[in-house]
Amino acid sequence: MNLHEYQAKDILRAHGVTTPPGEVVTEPAAAYEAARRFGGPVMVKAQVHAGGRGKAGGVKFCKTADEAREKATAILGMQIKGLTVKKVLVAPAADIASEAYVGIIVDRARKAPVFMVSAAGGIDIEEVAAKTPDKIRYHAVDVRYGLRTFEAMELGFFLYSDVKLARAAAKVMQQLYAAFMATGCSLAEINPLVVTPGGEVVALDGKMVVDDNELDRLPAIEALRDTDSENPAEVDARNHNLTFIKLDGNVGCVVNGAGLAMATMDLVKYYGGEPANFLDIGGSSNPEKVVNALRLITADPNVKAILFNIFGGITRTDDVANGIVTAIKANPLKVPLVIRLTGTNEEIAMKILADSGLAASSDMDTAVQQAVKFAGGSR
Amino acid sequence: MSVFINRDTRLLVQGITGRDGSFHTKQMVEYGTRVVAGVTPGKGGQQFDAVGPDGKAAGVPIFNTVSSAVQATGANASVIYVPPAFAADAIMEAAAAGVALIVCITEGVPVLDMTRVYPFVKERGVRLLGPNCPGLISPGESKVGIIPGRICTPGPVGVVSRSGTLTYEVVYQLTRAGIGQTTCVGIGGDPINGTNFIDCLEAFERDPATKAVAMMGEIGGTDEQDAARYVRDHMKKPVVGFIAGQTAPPGRRMGHAGAIISGSAGTAAEKIEAFEQCGIGVARRPIDFVELIKARLK
Repeated sequence: MNLHEYQAKDILRAHGVTTPPGEVVTEPAAAYEAARRFGGPVMVKAQVHAGGRGKAGGVKFCKTADEAREKATAILGMQIKGLTVKKVLVAPAADIASEAYVGIIVDRARKAPVFMVSAAGGIDIEEVAAKTPDKIRYHAVDVRYGLRTFEAMELGFFLYSDVKLARAAAKVMQQLYAAFMATGCSLAEINPLVVTPGGEVVALDGKMVVDDNELDRLPAIEALRDTDSENPAEVDARNHNLTFIKLDGNVGCVVNGAGLAMATMDLVKYYGGEPANFLDIGGSSNPEKVVNALRLITADPNVKAILFNIFGGITRTDDVANGIVTAIKANPLKVPLVIRLTGTNEEIAMKILADSGLAASSDMDTAVQQAVKFAGGSR
Repeated sequence: MSVFINRDTRLLVQGITGRDGSFHTKQMVEYGTRVVAGVTPGKGGQQFDAVGPDGKAAGVPIFNTVSSAVQATGANASVIYVPPAFAADAIMEAAAAGVALIVCITEGVPVLDMTRVYPFVKERGVRLLGPNCPGLISPGESKVGIIPGRICTPGPVGVVSRSGTLTYEVVYQLTRAGIGQTTCVGIGGDPINGTNFIDCLEAFERDPATKAVAMMGEIGGTDEQDAARYVRDHMKKPVVGFIAGQTAPPGRRMGHAGAIISGSAGTAAEKIEAFEQCGIGVARRPIDFVELIKARLK
């Protein structure tokens, strides 16, 4: 789950990191009021779950409160990477002496949270990594000890030669680490971490991605979810324990297991079709899940054929068959349906389907080719 | 012959009385796996009823803790079906009790939990498979986890995969074509897991019964690229590979926490290229494994 900048900053602030004050608003008039209260120049920043906000024109410097209203009008409602901006953060513009990058990710290879720090802050860290890799320093944290002070100091001195600044940055890194662990993050970054002309180290922007598997035990973090800023179909799917991602094709796919779901989409493409979605109904599925899956897929007007590809292991194929029959009885389909189903309780499933006049195949390639044909054939 | 498990594996089941644990324990006992103990705190002293492959009752004694189960039964492997919140502790309990192989089926284990678990099991020299994996099966000998027994048949191919149902698909295609398997291993799709492709390739290279390897990877991370280089540098046996997620849009999570394309690393195209450069046969579709493996077994 992605957190907004203002939410990430609230968490950082609670862990002791200095961040500039800010107000989140949804109306241009409120942006004007906020800017007036802060006095002086402000930044107006789109709060949306997409990177590259600045490049997209979603972050603006405003000299006056009037300008803040004007820029907020432009940014609110703006589309950034397909997502509509519904909130902006208004914050006093900081004087900046230097910018650095500090981030933590869970690294698959090192199997640990890894710090990435660079004095080249304020820009895309991927770009720095690609062009000037020696400007980034990495440090893998042993979670049993956390980020020890001497390790934080080594990172601090990598950013600043001045001991006061190095110490201040080291403290920020320990605070960021504490926030990262407490929030169940898979990524947390401060970009930029700035030094003000007065010598203060301040987090000007914050980003956090929370591991979805943490949300059950962190209800306060789950409560930060902003469903307004997510794709409605994907929110609906999550509420029914399905993983759904909408794509641009016309073959609707219902599959159990992420790997097989991806392989099914690939096979649709291989035979000349285009998948309309990724949809994983997971293991231990019950008929209700299948009903919801079909509802999601048929809501997409692009879908011209629906393909089920179920390999029963932990999933019982008779559960899936019952779900299909129930769903179709309630809402007859307007597009052709192709069912591939094999594995646990296959014989029972085939009988359930046959009793309702539905045919099913046990071969994946045959089923995919048929679905592609029904959807308008190969292109 | 096989890798990691065989007919002598003495298995204990953590979470044996739960919904998934009980269902799959029955299946494992029926398959012929030597399930010697179960663990559910508070149910120690009871018995779990199951039926062996010969149709005779084969009850499994239940213990309160893993250490008492190991002491009483000499269990040397454990399979875990507990809910995600308890999985990390269950893995460490098994490792602390001296179990040599731990297979964690549980899906949804927080990745930060795994950053604590991984060094704990490594320091004890324990092999962990998973979490979020289907387990493994040595056809005709033993099955640990949830891979359906009837889609497998004994034979010369080692199978290793990051996905569950995709593994079934490929194994099913191989079995239908009369190509059997030494061991099928599902390593799981989470970002931090105990056993990776290279661990399995190494084991298959050493196993005299394995003559060829089928490997199924997916988008995200660089494990497949590392595995490809390992095949080039250290393996004499032929390997055929497949990558799922060629049509996945960049940056989208596709169910497996592992399957994220981040930046330039981890795309299907990149992985397939690594396979080709390192002499791995590339299956474009799951069904292609059949012909590619056949040609390499000759």
